[in-house]
Amino acid sequence: MFGFTPADYSAILLSLKVATVATLLSLPFGFAVAYLMTYRRFWGKVVLDVAVNLPLTLPPVVIGFLLLILLGREGFIGRTLLQPLGIRLIFTWKAAVIATSVVGFPLMVRSMRTGMETIDERLIHVSRLLGAGWLDTVITVIVPLSLRGIIAGSVLMFARGLGEFGATVVVAGNIPGLTQTIPLAIYEYASSPKGDTMALSLCAVSIVISIAVLLFHEWLGRRMVRSD
Amino acid sequence: MELRVAIKRRFGSFLLDVKFLVRGERIGIFGPSGSGKSTLVGLIAGLSKPDWGTIALDGETLFDSNTGLNVPAEHRRMGMVFQRPSLFPHLSVKGNLLYGYRRCAPEHRKIAFGDVVEVLQIGRLLDRGVKHLSGGEKQRVAIGRAVLGNPRLLLLDEPLSALDDNLKFQIVPFLKNVCAAFKIPYLFISHSLLEMQIMTDQVLHVVEGRVVEQTTAEDLVRGRMGESMAGYMNLLRLSQPRQVDALYAYTWGDQQLLTSSGDEEPEGLFELSSTDIMLFKSHPEAISARNLLTCRVVSTFDAGNRIGVDLDCNGDGRLVAEVVRQAADELGITEGSEVYAAIKATAFRKLG
Repeated sequence: MFGFTPADYSAILLSLKVATVATLLSLPFGFAVAYLMTYRRFWGKVVLDVAVNLPLTLPPVVIGFLLLILLGREGFIGRTLLQPLGIRLIFTWKAAVIATSVVGFPLMVRSMRTGMETIDERLIHVSRLLGAGWLDTVITVIVPLSLRGIIAGSVLMFARGLGEFGATVVVAGNIPGLTQTIPLAIYEYASSPKGDTMALSLCAVSIVISIAVLLFHEWLGRRMVRSD
Repeated sequence: MELRVAIKRRFGSFLLDVKFLVRGERIGIFGPSGSGKSTLVGLIAGLSKPDWGTIALDGETLFDSNTGLNVPAEHRRMGMVFQRPSLFPHLSVKGNLLYGYRRCAPEHRKIAFGDVVEVLQIGRLLDRGVKHLSGGEKQRVAIGRAVLGNPRLLLLDEPLSALDDNLKFQIVPFLKNVCAAFKIPYLFISHSLLEMQIMTDQVLHVVEGRVVEQTTAEDLVRGRMGESMAGYMNLLRLSQPRQVDALYAYTWGDQQLLTSSGDEEPEGLFELSSTDIMLFKSHPEAISARNLLTCRVVSTFDAGNRIGVDLDCNGDGRLVAEVVRQAADELGITEGSEVYAAIKATAFRKLG
């Protein structure tokens, strides 16, 4: 089909893998940050808010470069944490996951916060008065009632992850079969003389996946409305 | 139940500064909206923290700013019913009812699920979702949920205010019955004198963040009689209705009262304003009012420019009538004197 090379197939699979892992990895952190921002008052809340939302406005290349500096062999995290543990992230698919996580994180947190903010505060009061501690309240009241926001945030982040280019290319490189995702493969085809057809084929795959994601989101939304 | 509170809490320009000790089972917190009643209840429940002071329930300190003690809300064992039912939308009626029960330590579980369901008459709703319940059903489930948490103290924060009159007086008996049946002391918060009269014995009167008066519900109502155009509301529990021509005849103690409103319910709560009772020194020959009772004056009290007259009419409880000072003198109303009270059948309003 479309005459894809093994490298193309691996690009498609890698795109799906990176977006999925990044989304799953971000879920607990995204939820924790959204919870803190919605329900807790603490010193430095504004700083956290800005830090989480910064990737929305920063060029992805800047994020990629900052990650490269931070996680690279000479970087702070790279030198103090990754090297001693024998972990190499830069120019591996894991770096692509981290880049995608950082870029998509604010989208996830925003959706989750919107979901949490619609929960009637009295329900949380009621659950506490009925003897539920905070973790119990989170699991039995906040998660089920912000589920729509959690799902929307995850879908949004997954979709954003499929298209991640700027940050990924800086930290993970563009190595066919290893770190090359669909956008990177399209970029490579587009810049080679006879690559138009192949670039278009990958574009088609991209469109199909995106439509599938949107349809899935729509279907889930309708199902939840019905179960209400 | 003994509740000792001495706390201060500032919200912007509003300062809540209260100090009181109450003992009893049916305590009211009365005051206009914005007086700090709900804030006070939130502080007692542990939903927010006072800036300063102490809170102790039955001798157990729940908050003390000196020692830094602050028992979290989930460990205070207080139930709460808000103005709106605030049921968990993702749980069924049964799931809502059992939420607190499941989290209550087994040694504190004195109130059984089945008993509450029976008293509140919600058995047929158990498997339903909460979104399709009527307003009254929702509030009954909310009451059941709070009661099943086996609380030491129930906080009722204007639980009737969002209901229309009809529904309000359908809920009242459930609320009273459930608290009486399971012996749960409560704080009842409201701005309605009538609700104070029905639901409470002792009342803390809160105005602008301070307790200005600690009194009984009866004295609170009598004290306000002079200012109110509507007068004192007598609450009469009437029973055994019989249809007599176009009217209803109800039994009230040893008396029979004719009312224009009524229904087939075996018992009903009626309100009768003190301004609707006309007093006669001697038996009037012919009057349009359908009820004429022979009464003995038990006592009188001042109410502004009027005199409140406490009457024993051989009914189930007393009646309070009011007359202007001049009329009291002319009729010679003194303790122990006998008067005739005329009441129109239309003066009774059925509450529930």
